[in-house]
Amino acid sequence: MRFRRPGAVAAGADVAEPGRGLELHEVGHRYGDRVVLEGIDLTVTERRVGVVGANGSGKSTFARLLNGLVLPSAGRVLVDGLDTRTQVRAVRRRVGFVFQDPDAQIVHPTVAEDVAYGLENQGVPPEERAVRVAEVLARHGLAGHADHPAHLLSGGQKQLLAIAGVLVMQPARIVFDEPTTLLDLVNARRIAELIAGLEQAVVVVTHQLDLLDGFDRVLVVDRGRVVEDADPRAAVAAYRTLMADR
Amino acid sequence: MTLALYVPRSSVVHRLPAGVKLLGLGVLAVALFALPTLTAAGAALAGVLAVGLLVARLPVAVLARQARAVRWWLLALLVVHALTTDVRTGAHVALRLLTLVLAAAVVTATTRVAAMVAVVERLCAPLRLVGVRPARVGLAITMALRFIPVLVERADRIRAAQAARGGSTRGLRALRTTVAPLLVQVLQMAHDVSEALDARGADDVPPPRRRHSPTLETP
Repeated sequence: MRFRRPGAVAAGADVAEPGRGLELHEVGHRYGDRVVLEGIDLTVTERRVGVVGANGSGKSTFARLLNGLVLPSAGRVLVDGLDTRTQVRAVRRRVGFVFQDPDAQIVHPTVAEDVAYGLENQGVPPEERAVRVAEVLARHGLAGHADHPAHLLSGGQKQLLAIAGVLVMQPARIVFDEPTTLLDLVNARRIAELIAGLEQAVVVVTHQLDLLDGFDRVLVVDRGRVVEDADPRAAVAAYRTLMADR
Repeated sequence: MTLALYVPRSSVVHRLPAGVKLLGLGVLAVALFALPTLTAAGAALAGVLAVGLLVARLPVAVLARQARAVRWWLLALLVVHALTTDVRTGAHVALRLLTLVLAAAVVTATTRVAAMVAVVERLCAPLRLVGVRPARVGLAITMALRFIPVLVERADRIRAAQAARGGSTRGLRALRTTVAPLLVQVLQMAHDVSEALDARGADDVPPPRRRHSPTLETP
């Protein structure tokens, strides 16, 4: 997180071109000497895209590239025409991010306050903020928990809260990084249904392969490269074969 | 562990601005020391209970929990004073402390964290002159409140994992074996939280605003 001087102007003049989707041009990333991703060159215009891969394959880094949480060591990432390197704030306004562990994403003590946090950052007026928070909490079954301490929610409710905190910001796209990994079957199904019903374009990184049913496209990431790029059936079959050989 | 004590109600006390309640709490504290009599302390306690239970309509359990938390301190004060001065002085000191604890509980239970933090931010406003951003101070306080229970839970989890493998859960060794992995987890979590703040636009600078606590009752 970088700190900026008060009075600095937020990026507001960046104009997105929604039709362009996600463009990764010869993208690579390394942490020190360790190469995490390399030679990623693809364009994503589909609405539902899945990403699968073994632990440490680079898929979480791939996800973080898509809203500028990680900047590529090589190449460029464009989101609806916006460059994550030079227009990162505009990119983050377009791309919400849901993390694996909701405890790391919930930053306010109570449910409603946490959902309102992103809107505060966007400078949304208090009255509109309250309406949008109430609406999103009601839609996701959290209305009765508005004033509850976030740490007393169940794991599933915490993940719902984390998602509500992103949805309230009305992003055009949402990236989910293993959103069901810490959840039981019932809550995992609930989150899967929620994702399936979203109007936003989504990129879902997951180990739960049935979550990808009905997706438009699935990428298999292995050792920092996209080794398969196909419809869910073909990609999942390729992934299973890849893992069976290990 | 319940750090967030806010009890949603529609009462006059709830509607009072947080700054007024905090000021009232400060005035009460000064008054209790300025009028050092058992009668004054008793009257103040009765007043606090009336405001908390009758006006703010807080559950008795909320105030009882706070009283229980300090009961051994109160008893120790009473005993020490009984031994060194007299029982009446001990009762007065204990009553004064209990009154302040309950008054603070009433303020906390009737005020949202966001409203409380907004007061802190307003108080910090002059620090802008030396480059401090009050909103950052407020966020730091809010996050401290949010993450204390999370850290307690993580520490409990580490202790349980050690106990499951036959490790000790008490003593200096247990403390050492808990602190090191907890620190690692805290650092990892700090990185994750920083990413989450970035992802939710913490880097954006909104126009000057008055913090507002979202409520479902008054959209």
